[in-house]
Amino acid sequence: MIVEFGDGIDTGINAMVRALAGRIEASRPSWLIETVPTYRSLAVYLDPWETCRDEAMAWIRSLCSSIETPRFAGEPAIEIPVCYGGGFGPDMERVSLHTGLPAAEIIRLHSSPVYHVFMLGFSPGFPYLGGMDQRLETPRLENPRTLIPAGSVGIAGKQTGVYPLQSPGGWNLIGRTPLKLFDPSRKNPFLVKAGMEIRFVPVSEDKYPVLPSSGEVPGR
Amino acid sequence: MITVLAPGLLTTVQDLGRWGFQAFGMPVAGAMDVYSLMAGNAVVGNIPGAAGLEITLTGPELRFDSPGLACVAGGDLGPLLNGFPVSSWEGIRVSEGDVLSFRGAASGGARAWVCVGGGVDVPLVMGSRSTYLRGGLGGHEGRRLKRDDVLPCGNPDTLWPRGEGFCVPSSLRPQVTGEPQVRVIPGPQEDMFSPEGVDSFYNSGYSVGSESDRMGYRLEGPAVEHSNGADIISDAVAQGSIQVPGHGFPIVMLADRQTTGGYPKIATVINADLQLLSQMAPGDGLTFRRVQVSEAAEASRKMMEALRTIRSLAADYRSRPAKYRGRSRMSGNMRLCFGGDCYDVSWSAFDGQGDN
Repeated sequence: MIVEFGDGIDTGINAMVRALAGRIEASRPSWLIETVPTYRSLAVYLDPWETCRDEAMAWIRSLCSSIETPRFAGEPAIEIPVCYGGGFGPDMERVSLHTGLPAAEIIRLHSSPVYHVFMLGFSPGFPYLGGMDQRLETPRLENPRTLIPAGSVGIAGKQTGVYPLQSPGGWNLIGRTPLKLFDPSRKNPFLVKAGMEIRFVPVSEDKYPVLPSSGEVPGR
Repeated sequence: MITVLAPGLLTTVQDLGRWGFQAFGMPVAGAMDVYSLMAGNAVVGNIPGAAGLEITLTGPELRFDSPGLACVAGGDLGPLLNGFPVSSWEGIRVSEGDVLSFRGAASGGARAWVCVGGGVDVPLVMGSRSTYLRGGLGGHEGRRLKRDDVLPCGNPDTLWPRGEGFCVPSSLRPQVTGEPQVRVIPGPQEDMFSPEGVDSFYNSGYSVGSESDRMGYRLEGPAVEHSNGADIISDAVAQGSIQVPGHGFPIVMLADRQTTGGYPKIATVINADLQLLSQMAPGDGLTFRRVQVSEAAEASRKMMEALRTIRSLAADYRSRPAKYRGRSRMSGNMRLCFGGDCYDVSWSAFDGQGDN
């Protein structure tokens, strides 16, 4: 079952999606398997053993009419340390050529904003982030790489993100974080969830090996 | 324990899937046909969600290192025990050292599930034993099985021998005949396609392309025309979602699908017909038929009802006094040779004593 809230990438619409997900999850109805919040819609997976689809739909409809855009939660943004450029960011030069900005400015622009996590998808723990400075916009590589190391930070068009697992991909890689966004052996396997805010913090290359990789971010 | 003597084309440990983490982008994985897995588990006396082995086209060669009960459910891939044919959908008693292998599909069928009493007991990862191949996690070391792998099995219920010979009635097995007509619910983005595009989707034959796997089947056939571009704002992808990227060829998303996607979805395969897809191999043909949500719900309900029936029949079978169980028998295999001509013979006889 899909509930759609509007058509556009917008933090207000996205907040409504998460508000409905929160209301449904909090009530733990017996037919619920899970909810999947995305940019502008909420997928609700129903247990096929339960035969109360119509009631479930009516109940969700009634919740929708009373959903209010939640006030900003005020949680501090998660800080993600990133070593920019060099071996960690092999496409820094490409981004620099395309945008006409020097590497130092790219790093400054990329690490300034607070990014909103609209949703997770594509691969386990992969955050779809909103809020990148549009001056950094760079098209995807024409020939995607067959293997990108976990933790790589990239730019694709108007988007930026972090690869939680090593995988193929066509994003422009500008840096890497030692933080594991996904680790199935941790009690909480995922570092971020939809609705959170994150910031990228530049760190020097020699600090990379000593940075923590666990999800236990200081101050959280 | 089970030792893998030969891995077959693609053999993985699967259960009902790793649900509950799709909001974090974690694919569900799990058996491509959960009905067959649950039925096989019922035959060997397991809970429905016990893990089994999903085998694909060319089956593996497996050695049982302890006695127990096994069942092969799903497509008929020609199971053999110590080289002699055994039935699918039936409780098979295996002894230490017995080898289960597969002759190959005689008439259609692409996947089958091997269930063993006690289940395949690999470690739980995030609540499931399913193998998610692209993420390299779950199952046995996060990967397809290979030669010399040793799989731990759980303890079967102590009266497991009573399940020997129980057979799932053929009326309760998935029926796969000829070119299946797969039922779909339109949307959620049917309006992203031109009327001609929608028309060719429902009125053309498609075949499963060679680049098809547990993540999804790429279909070959007439391209489906979009009305206005092939991009949507990424949203959730369900098992059975049919995405149509810019090239116009539909992709049916299956067990290892990603949780979200940015291509419009013309339709969604109903739950009950996913088992038809699980038995299709590259080159097999199919057509799509549009149905109402109510028909999908009814088909799903019937499927669940059939599973309940199998479970209750299996429980009845085990609770009957041994002497009334017609299939209590002695059996064996031998090779008879007459002047250079050899014949493999399997024999069985009622032992008159019952067992247990």
